[in-house]
Amino acid sequence: MKINNVILQFTAKIVFFMIFFYAVHIFFAGHYTPGGGFVGGLVTASAIVLLIIAFDLKTVQSILPINYIYLIASGLLLALGTAGIAMFTGKPFFTHFFDYFNLPILGKTSLHTAALFDLGVYLVVVGVTMTIIQTIGEDE
Amino acid sequence: MEIIMAFVCGFLFMAAIYLILSRSLLRIIIGTGLLSHGAHLLILTMGSFKGSAPPVLTEGVTDFVDPLPQALILTAIVISFGVTAFFLVLAYRAYQELKTDDMTELKGSDDIE
Amino acid sequence: MNNFLLLPILIPFFFGMILMFGQKKISYQRITTLLGLFLSILCAAALVMNVHENGPQTVTLGSWPAPFGITMVSDMVSAILVLTTLVLTFFIVWYGFESIGKEREQFFYYPGVLFIITGVNGAFTTGDIFNLFVFFEVLLMASYLLIVLGGEKVQLREPIKYILINVLSSAFFVITVAFLYSVVGTLSMADISLKIAEVNQPGILTVIAVLFLLVFGMKAAIFPLYFWLPSAYSAPPIPVLALFGALLTKVGVYAITRTYTLFFTHDISFTHNLLLVLSILTIIAGSIGALAYFDVKQIIIYNIVIAVGVILFGVAQMNEVALKGAMLYLVHDMIIKAALFMLIGIIIYVTGTTNLRKMGGLMKTYPALGWFYLIAALGLAGVPPLSGFIGKLLIVQGGFEAGNIWSSIFILASSIVVLLSVIRIFIYAFWGQQGVLNEAVQKAKYNRLFVPTMILVVVSIFYGVGTEWFMPFMDDAAKILNDPSIYTDEVMKGGE
Repeated sequence: MKINNVILQFTAKIVFFMIFFYAVHIFFAGHYTPGGGFVGGLVTASAIVLLIIAFDLKTVQSILPINYIYLIASGLLLALGTAGIAMFTGKPFFTHFFDYFNLPILGKTSLHTAALFDLGVYLVVVGVTMTIIQTIGEDE
Repeated sequence: MEIIMAFVCGFLFMAAIYLILSRSLLRIIIGTGLLSHGAHLLILTMGSFKGSAPPVLTEGVTDFVDPLPQALILTAIVISFGVTAFFLVLAYRAYQELKTDDMTELKGSDDIE
Repeated sequence: MNNFLLLPILIPFFFGMILMFGQKKISYQRITTLLGLFLSILCAAALVMNVHENGPQTVTLGSWPAPFGITMVSDMVSAILVLTTLVLTFFIVWYGFESIGKEREQFFYYPGVLFIITGVNGAFTTGDIFNLFVFFEVLLMASYLLIVLGGEKVQLREPIKYILINVLSSAFFVITVAFLYSVVGTLSMADISLKIAEVNQPGILTVIAVLFLLVFGMKAAIFPLYFWLPSAYSAPPIPVLALFGALLTKVGVYAITRTYTLFFTHDISFTHNLLLVLSILTIIAGSIGALAYFDVKQIIIYNIVIAVGVILFGVAQMNEVALKGAMLYLVHDMIIKAALFMLIGIIIYVTGTTNLRKMGGLMKTYPALGWFYLIAALGLAGVPPLSGFIGKLLIVQGGFEAGNIWSSIFILASSIVVLLSVIRIFIYAFWGQQGVLNEAVQKAKYNRLFVPTMILVVVSIFYGVGTEWFMPFMDDAAKILNDPSIYTDEVMKGGE
């Protein structure tokens, strides 16, 4: 089904990036303030859904040629891998590690392995949401 | 505050049960959504509303909210999100194949010998 | 602190994930699944030996101290159940190669199976009541996938009810956990047990006990809550049915056993008597169903309900003999139900129907199938020396010790009904005039279906004849169920 809504399509192209970067912001803010992988993933998914509404499923699939099932699987692997690091160091599963680093622009920053776990959650949430929406949307 | 919340939970459960007992599949799914919302509010109520500061380590604050119910609710919300999404997809597929969303037509008790 | 006990949960999970890549390559999917299950079985067997030698193993995730973090506890009860689960899944997956069909194999059947056993093993192993809820949801989500996979009409109609029931019971679970948290202020199962012992179980905790019975009873299919089971389980194909029948209700039974032996042990005259009455009613309801139908699937499905009643009767006695019997019977029932569903699947394949009235005379054409079915049927009913006998004997002995004479005699009598219901299949399908036969039966496919089934029946015979060897393990399990302090001590110590 082709639709031709110029205003929506033009706006969607710009707003998509705004929503996406807001999602990235929420994702990184999540360690100390409200936010995190789950919310970030949902916001990202909603940005992609906006594109699907403005254009159509086929066009969006050619813009973002992502197999969402693989996205779920790699997200799960990343999350499990991060949790599993602790097992190789003799700590209980899920133990998380962090340290302070002096990064070039950001200055003194604490980096956590929990952020990697959250990245896994992010990928899973985007993958699951988009799989569901595609499954329903494909049948038209 | 706990009393008001108890009434809110009860009201949500009431609406959920009304919807779940109806015939239309879509109403049933909305009912399950309301039911899980009621359950989440109940966790929050049961954790009691003591404490005022968010449960994040800050200097000089000793009066924290109990973080555990919030963690439980977050987990339960994610799970009910997944289940509801799956349920909706299934209902949609079932509607396409069976051409009805009326539960009385989905009994299927006559097939078995 | 011992991460090893997590491996039977993590290995299936890991292999399930890597199977999500390359979904079209069937041989890759099959080999990887079997490899993952084989590795998990090795780990689980090592875990059982480890628990037997060193007592219960615990690990508290994320290096938190014990009552605050999520503790995973592998005592003898959960280690045995984890091992049984994995062994059964191995055979069911092997059996499924021939009968599940290419479309399902290419559409996440194997990841679904592996995720379901991740959830089942996690539920057996966890020592945190909310984490139990999470693992329940993991296995339920995987079971939703498996039950609708294939998209036949009946597979779209029945799962709606199955999912609705499970969503309701999950909501009740959350509510129950909320109530429990408000009373005891903790979620660690060991800590809950200690806190309840301190306050000596006032009325509100008895209410919570009944709520737990409602929640887990919906999953375990006990008397007033079993109504969803027969129709939902008749929808999926045989390997999935075998997996569900052998594992899913047993997780509910395990959860009831765990909560009723660890938490609610201070008002036995009410809670455990309620459980006893419900278990008797469950057996009656299951017996009626098993005798009423002429559909082979339904007969075995109703036998699940009967077995749940028998196991819970053992749990309701709350003494060491009956609990040992319940554990023995639980493992027996998991093995024999899987074997029976696989046999039923072969019978359906060779006759092309599930209706008993149309079958007949299979003894001439498939004698080996007939003999193995007879052995499995006798084993289910508990004819000595087959596997159901010792478990039921101990359950009844425990019943006598607890003073429940009449109900124990009733359990014995119910064996005859069980025997009748499964022998009915034998008489109708294997004796008499030649009934309908599936013309398209390929001998090679029949053999490939028959080999894993045969091995599983032999395993069940071995379990029955060699009960002596399993007794030390079952003794450990019964001890820990009968005396919660072993469990709580181990968990609270493990955090330091």
